[in-house]
Amino acid sequence: MLRESGFESFDEMFSNIPEAVKLKVPLELPAGLSEQAVIRKMEEIADQNVIFKHIFRGAGAYHHYIPAIVSSVVSKEEFLTAYTPYQAEISQGILQSIFEYQTMICQLTGMDAANASVYDGATAAAEAVAMCRDRKRSRVYLSEAANPQVIQVIKTYCYGSNTDVAMVPEKDGITDVQALETLLKEDKAAACFYVQQPNFYGMIEDGDRLGAIVHEAGAKFIMGCNPLALSIMKTPAEYGADIAVGDGQPLGMPLAFGGPYLGFMAAGAAMMRKLPGRIVGETKDSRGNRAFVLTLQAREQHIRREKASSNICSNQALCALTAAAYMTAMGAAGMEEAAKQCMAKAHYLCSRLEAAGLHKKYGDSFFHEFVTVIPEEIPADSAHILKLLEEHGILGGLPLSDREILWCATEMNTREEMDQTAELVGKALSGASSEKGALIDEAGI
Amino acid sequence: MKLVFEKSSPGRGMELLAPCDVPQVELAKENQRSSRLRLPQMSENEISRHYTELAKGAHGVNDGFYPLGSCTMKYNPKINEKAASLKGFTELHPLQPEHTVQGALEVLHLAEIYLCQITGMDAMTFQPAAGAHGELTGLLLIKAYHEGRQDGKRRKIIVPDSAHGTNPASAAMCGYDVVSIPSREDGCVDLEQLQAAVGEDTAGLMLTNPNTVGLFDKNILEITRIVHEAGGLCYYDGANLNAIMGIARPGDMGFDVVHLNLHKTFSTPHGGGGPGSGPVGCKDFLKTYLPGAGVGIWENENGKAYHLTDHEKSIGAVKMFYGNFLVVVRALTYILTLGKEGIPEAAANAVLNANYMRVKLSDVYQMAYEETCMHEFVMTLEKLKHDTGVSAMDIAKALLDYGIHPPTMYFPLIVHEALMVEPTETESRETLDEAIEVFRRIYQQAAKQPDYLHGAPYETPIGRPDEVTAARKPILTYRWEGQET
Repeated sequence: MLRESGFESFDEMFSNIPEAVKLKVPLELPAGLSEQAVIRKMEEIADQNVIFKHIFRGAGAYHHYIPAIVSSVVSKEEFLTAYTPYQAEISQGILQSIFEYQTMICQLTGMDAANASVYDGATAAAEAVAMCRDRKRSRVYLSEAANPQVIQVIKTYCYGSNTDVAMVPEKDGITDVQALETLLKEDKAAACFYVQQPNFYGMIEDGDRLGAIVHEAGAKFIMGCNPLALSIMKTPAEYGADIAVGDGQPLGMPLAFGGPYLGFMAAGAAMMRKLPGRIVGETKDSRGNRAFVLTLQAREQHIRREKASSNICSNQALCALTAAAYMTAMGAAGMEEAAKQCMAKAHYLCSRLEAAGLHKKYGDSFFHEFVTVIPEEIPADSAHILKLLEEHGILGGLPLSDREILWCATEMNTREEMDQTAELVGKALSGASSEKGALIDEAGI
Repeated sequence: MKLVFEKSSPGRGMELLAPCDVPQVELAKENQRSSRLRLPQMSENEISRHYTELAKGAHGVNDGFYPLGSCTMKYNPKINEKAASLKGFTELHPLQPEHTVQGALEVLHLAEIYLCQITGMDAMTFQPAAGAHGELTGLLLIKAYHEGRQDGKRRKIIVPDSAHGTNPASAAMCGYDVVSIPSREDGCVDLEQLQAAVGEDTAGLMLTNPNTVGLFDKNILEITRIVHEAGGLCYYDGANLNAIMGIARPGDMGFDVVHLNLHKTFSTPHGGGGPGSGPVGCKDFLKTYLPGAGVGIWENENGKAYHLTDHEKSIGAVKMFYGNFLVVVRALTYILTLGKEGIPEAAANAVLNANYMRVKLSDVYQMAYEETCMHEFVMTLEKLKHDTGVSAMDIAKALLDYGIHPPTMYFPLIVHEALMVEPTETESRETLDEAIEVFRRIYQQAAKQPDYLHGAPYETPIGRPDEVTAARKPILTYRWEGQET
């Protein structure tokens, strides 16, 4: 083959690469391995991780039941090994699956149009912010009660585009409505406001009020949503949001140490043409049959280059397929059931933890996450509680501070394990109190 | 093909969740949906058949030859999938305590040192989820670097006119003005144009080498020197790394920051458009600006432990957590499989396969460039179109009838009626010979039956779609009967 291609040697074939930049020594990599040896090595590495049997941690990554059919669908190699569906004639299966996904996202959010996905919920929020900015309106407002990682990603994107970011403070676990009103009233350059619903603390925001204030100021209203909660909750469209975004991970994607997940984006008809990324549309083929194509491509980087609405090219297509398969398997009834169970179990867990001695930090209006505080008189800290749980194979909530923990419960958690968790928390608290008592006795105080 | 919604029957569904074992809690009325969610109601059997039917209407690397230029559609080894589906990876919460995720940190650490070795970089972040995301990240490092030196006047990024569309789009997202410099006739950077374009306002240059016409730019050291002397930094777009991995390194060519496409070069499946992974590597002086956390090692008498470290002047985060982690697991599996000999061997075979096809087609098809190519080559069908009316699009569509995925069409923009062919190293000589035969047959047909080719494809599930109407009157969701529009 080499000779037929016109070369005497591989060296000759690579003679266009100047000697000065050619590698003179072999790469410092291990020697190649057989398949058996490779999987043994990867299993060894995977075994170094601790897999918790019971998980009460969320904060942006949620442990849910994944129907068996979902992994069967997404492991089909026609989907798995295909490129972006540029060639519509041989990609109808992928294009149709995205069209179905877009429809389901619009159903969830109440919006008119959705794109084929972006990288995750945080980049979806950052892209949504970019959709709202123009010369006159260049300042974006973010709720401090949103997931801190989402805030950080938006800020990083805004650093790139030289966009001002202003934070709207949190009060009693939700966005301070008064503060938002004051801030926006005086700002003619306000482009948009981003709020998360339910927010980082699990609390349900007053979306109607927030939306009204934002629109009064002539700015756009972006809502970050939990897609599973949307099966029972008021939709972003009903709250008056102009753009709905979120992370689709709860829709059939495993925790997987943070990815791949799925960023979904949907907008009302007015902002549809500002959506970034791939969008699939319905049309007809030369034979008059229904067909699907990538459409509205005039927005995209390969056509508009530096004038494109975003640089996004590859997205999370297989994760969008995962979400569509999940929603199809669950159906509306299944998703509503999962959402209701999440909420019921989180409220149950909260009441049990309160009985065990923790205080609930905010009110009762929460979905499947909530914050507890260790009462001042108890000398325990978050680490102390979480360590005891860990020893029993339980991943407790996320420590927000020495005394505050953000808990999450889903349909995966049984009453029994929640009772056990609360019992252990009670032990940790009383143990800490009696230790302190013992110390005081010893000191003879 | 019916849509999933058209296959729905009221009342049908699956029993998936165990009954709730705690008291129900109601959402406050004002926070409830006003209308019920509308999703398909189907049995598992129906769902399974629906997606099997859709899969038949999709074309992956597994279905046939996929010489899609610039996309490196190599075979995706199944062992990668097996590794990525290990429970020790899939069931791991990203916010678990550090001592419970030592394996995951080892994955990131090994991938970092191996990929730094392959690229000649010193540090790497895995947060970026795709190539374009990596570009954004890399340019933000450049921006932070100049600002960190109080060098605020550097507002321009130089991009050759042959570049991928993502390059200028990424520069614009970083607030930069894009300076597009015309390439030489041979597709390489025009040194005079570059020299004239650089100055005190140059933030950096974005380049891919081999470039987008499939040629290695021999002046690469001169190019990076010119940019550095002007005070700018050099960004390497790793889209074409497959041609040179283990043969030459961007770090040795003078590049300061690179992104890789693990879904191209490192054999992770493309999933119909993602998830990919676009890690960004950089030289030591840029490490402090990297987004997300780095992975460090503590070693003592009890052994070693991995830990997360913050970068002092980090640009922040470009994605939540650690990027598309399971994609990194697949890429690491691939690197461990190939090893130090396999990596350069893959590059050599990729270049050989491309040259083999180029040589075997060049007596018929007009090549945009006559010289030795790297992992891909570009043909120009300008003359064919002039003589017969058959366009690059017609040839591409005709290939579909033979079960071959067409080459990239109409890119790079500097070549007219372009078809860009990248066979990759995982195709056998027999596959290449068959494809060559098909290409030649279609060429002959162009002269005799141009109208036949204008109407191609004929064997596919649909004919050519009406894209104009799709964009003019967008229908982006399914409409149920009676649903308001």
